[in-house]
Amino acid sequence: MGKLSVNLCGIELDNPVIPASGTFGYGYEYAELYDINELGTFSFKGTTKDARFGNPTPRIAECSSGMINAVGLQNPGVEKVISEELPKLKKCFHKPVMANVSGFSVEDYAYTCEKLDKEEQVGWLEVNVSCPNVHGGGMSFGTQPEAAAEVTRAVKAVTTKPVIIKLSPNVTDIVSIAKACEDAGADGISLINTMLGMRISLNTRKPVIANKMGGFSGPAIFPVAVRMVYQVAHAVNIPVVGMGGVSSAEDVVEMMLAGATAVEVGAANLVNPYICRDIVRDLPGVMEKYKISSLEEIIGGVK
Amino acid sequence: MKQSIFKILSNSALTDNVYKMVLGGDTSAITASGQFVNIQLDGLFLRRPISVCDYDESTLTIIYKVVGKGTEAMSKMTSGELDILTGLGNGYDLSVSGDHPVLVGGGVGVPPMYNLAKKLLAQGKKVAVILGFNTKSEIFYEEEFKNLGCDVLVTTVDGSYGIKGFVTDALKEVSYSYFYSCGPEPMLKALYKATATSGQMSFEERMGCGFGACMGCSCKTLTGYKRICKDGPVMRKEEILWEN
Repeated sequence: MGKLSVNLCGIELDNPVIPASGTFGYGYEYAELYDINELGTFSFKGTTKDARFGNPTPRIAECSSGMINAVGLQNPGVEKVISEELPKLKKCFHKPVMANVSGFSVEDYAYTCEKLDKEEQVGWLEVNVSCPNVHGGGMSFGTQPEAAAEVTRAVKAVTTKPVIIKLSPNVTDIVSIAKACEDAGADGISLINTMLGMRISLNTRKPVIANKMGGFSGPAIFPVAVRMVYQVAHAVNIPVVGMGGVSSAEDVVEMMLAGATAVEVGAANLVNPYICRDIVRDLPGVMEKYKISSLEEIIGGVK
Repeated sequence: MKQSIFKILSNSALTDNVYKMVLGGDTSAITASGQFVNIQLDGLFLRRPISVCDYDESTLTIIYKVVGKGTEAMSKMTSGELDILTGLGNGYDLSVSGDHPVLVGGGVGVPPMYNLAKKLLAQGKKVAVILGFNTKSEIFYEEEFKNLGCDVLVTTVDGSYGIKGFVTDALKEVSYSYFYSCGPEPMLKALYKATATSGQMSFEERMGCGFGACMGCSCKTLTGYKRICKDGPVMRKEEILWEN
């Protein structure tokens, strides 16, 4: 059997398959269905400094080959995540986990990351810079290279674990933002977050989602994700985690050829709760079919 | 929760746009009346959550109204197999019903009352049922509830059948120890005010996953944030917070 393991920022993953933040909770809903230790790791629900209810409902709209969500970072806040959720997570998952962090100011990000960095089970900090910068005019941190770099520096200054900056695709030049994060000390880049989308109901003549717009994800965005992973992976010298519409073992291999060291799976989990386990189990067969002896060797194989 | 393949045994129209589908498969994950299933359909990304009308060891009955692409596709199926997640949601708590509960269903909120009525009757409870519809042509399952042995009252908004008005108009004629309900939100809100006892209500929301992972269907309650799909869809009257 081929070698599935990869090294992500100094930590060995048994395989490159990672359920994406916001689609896997804190793991325990899925642990009722199968042993989630089969996964490389997973990125838990986006955590903020304070508790958040998120956006009004409806928060979900369906699209061709995908969906839009505007959940709005609902989470119990970092203190409760540490005191209530992580102990439950620890019971069903025994590997280093990826902690996903969001914030609305540079200080928020640093505060939340510093707390989570001290948790033994946290292997990586995945910092989502797609949130609006409430102190900087409301523009997302992830849309300006300098703002993304500022978050990266602030987080790196208070943490010891690998920091992976998760980038938004809703920008004009994602490469410049990725490079700014690398220069500011990021240990890795993950991309792409959801694409801004909107649906309108013909019956009500109103947006389907209460928040009007939301993040578009699912198989429909896969080609955009592959393109952006390819562009970023070839421009930076730190590992890239690829995501966006991945829903099969073949998609994982394609992402890795584009330059991803590991691959996150998001929307597909909501449709088939076994999808990540199935992808892990399907990978050896796909590797054999395409004569791949080690996944690590194909990373960035496309020049 | 369980993911399994069900075989379509029958699928027939009950009214112009309400259909009943009977499916054969493994129902072992269904543990309570009022739970729902989430059905995958070809060519559509998200699953369709549908309440369970009735079930036994090997069959599952769902009743659904055609409202969009998914239910329209379902209405045309005559045979084949469906990938279904079963055993979703909390369901109704029967232990607090008292000896003569009333079950109130409005429109496609009627189906989950059927298995609930069966279970309460099996426990020796006297069960009254109020079924609310807009007009006579929309009525379904009146006979089925009568055949179980329930006292059945039907209301129509236009007065074309049964009691003219809303389910709350029929409620005045019923003595009850507790209430169980499912239906459109305006009906639930009216019931909340009209009922003299405690009770349980089943809510609806657009869902992502249906099993508690995505936070797509959250709501605020007096006892904290709840996910309609996982902590609900059934809420106790005492915890409900009407936001608008």
